[in-house]
Amino acid sequence: MPSDSTVLALVTRFAAQPHPLGVRVASDRLVDALVTLRDVLGYRYYVLGTACERAETFDVVHAVRDVDTGDTVCVVAEIPKDPAEIASAARVYTGADWYEREVWDLFGIRFLGHPDLRRILLPDDYEGHPLRKGFAIDTPWGYRPSTRPAGGGS
Amino acid sequence: MNGAEPVEVVEREFGELALNMGPQHPSTHGVLRIVLHLHGETVVRAVPVIGYLHRGVEKLCETLAYDQLAPVLERDDYLAPTANSLAYVLAIEHLGGIEVPRRAAWLRTLVAEIQRVASHLVWLGTLGLDLGGALGGGTTLYMYCFREREKILDFLEALTGTRFHTNFNLIGGARYDLDAGTARVAGELIDSIGRAIDELHAMTSASAVFVGRTRGVGVIPRDLALAVGVTGPVLRASGIAQDVRRAAPYDAYPELPFEIPTRTTGDALARFDVRMDEIVQSLAIARRVLDGLPEGPIFSRKPIKNPKAARIPAGETYVAAESPRGELGYYVVSDGKALPQRLKIRAPSFANLQVLPHILPGLLLADVVATLGSLDPVLGDVDR
Repeated sequence: MPSDSTVLALVTRFAAQPHPLGVRVASDRLVDALVTLRDVLGYRYYVLGTACERAETFDVVHAVRDVDTGDTVCVVAEIPKDPAEIASAARVYTGADWYEREVWDLFGIRFLGHPDLRRILLPDDYEGHPLRKGFAIDTPWGYRPSTRPAGGGS
Repeated sequence: MNGAEPVEVVEREFGELALNMGPQHPSTHGVLRIVLHLHGETVVRAVPVIGYLHRGVEKLCETLAYDQLAPVLERDDYLAPTANSLAYVLAIEHLGGIEVPRRAAWLRTLVAEIQRVASHLVWLGTLGLDLGGALGGGTTLYMYCFREREKILDFLEALTGTRFHTNFNLIGGARYDLDAGTARVAGELIDSIGRAIDELHAMTSASAVFVGRTRGVGVIPRDLALAVGVTGPVLRASGIAQDVRRAAPYDAYPELPFEIPTRTTGDALARFDVRMDEIVQSLAIARRVLDGLPEGPIFSRKPIKNPKAARIPAGETYVAAESPRGELGYYVVSDGKALPQRLKIRAPSFANLQVLPHILPGLLLADVVATLGSLDPVLGDVDR
């Protein structure tokens, strides 16, 4: 459960809406809210980043924690499905790097300003983003030899 | 040869060499690939490449009913199967407001702690293999660890009928009850592993070679540990006493006293020390559970005949449990239908592996193996 004082601070500074797991902010204020959480409110531990597909939108979620109190706050931002893009938090929390790559890989949400936005779990030449609701779970994907020379990876 | 000219050693400058470690390297504990850019024997850059074991579990979860998911999720972190299902059932119980009988909560704690010991024993044994020749060929330590772990698997078999993927945790309780005979097996197991710990220390922390290969290696400073979000023993070895069992207690943990081992140096030796102390703590917790196990039912719901008929109220939650590798959390979104709208696994190995590119540069090639072993990643957990 997020602490009331933190939620209140975010609501007053960023016009955020309370959310069962934290706050919901406008997508263009997400990074500012995370910077405030890290530098002012003491939430220095990065827990997770993910996304969830809704009917018309995507929710992008970052969870951060104050390890002294154990309090965890989720910051949720709603973005449209097209263009599915939002500012990256990887420069605020180092840990967001891989989580945002995973969301890009599986949801096709582009994180603007991410230092290295590549697929992370699926092959580099994979087509589509499987966690989108429109992606059928039985979409065929047979063996394909890699199109990249060996020893790449970067 | 007398009077011969000394052989002149020519040091050649190769520049930077990119070395592919894995995906089939024995010390990667699965299929992890690290592209190491080397200057001589020193790492200058490391790029982990993951995903070789990706099975699309989160997508699969959106096609199965809540009661069908625990056995699927047990396959994620295959060294601690019950930890996965425990975190999952805790999340669904929170979302659905489902009570857990007190006896079931204690039994789940017993299994979770014994599972933690089993997982740490596999970690220690394979760390011995990774460090290789330094430890009596490596295999010695491995065999001693697996001998003890075998007793745990025997106990799980006596309790559940299955040695590994026990499917022990249910939404709303536990699947199997502990009878007097199995409780005796558990008691003997706790005693015998407790006695074996000294033996394991004699092979590791008492060995100058082992300490020399781990002290000061792969240091994760406190600030980096926080920013990256490493978790579990890795975080606690960097001086942060963060443990889900204490921060957000679940099941029987609010009622049980235990210590959270920490270290401040953040190196591979500190992570070793934390895990070894955790084995002792876990055995003590398991002993307390056995001694104080309350009576009563172990399942609070009606028998489940048709899993797809069960409904979980709409809402979203994030609930975590302390797996042997750290905070294993589930972010679950329900829209009130039979199938989850979204289920995100916050995998502790994923979080811990992410620190590699930050700590490997500057290390020697051989230390990469020691560092990786001390992080204890399970690639099934990383790739999901």
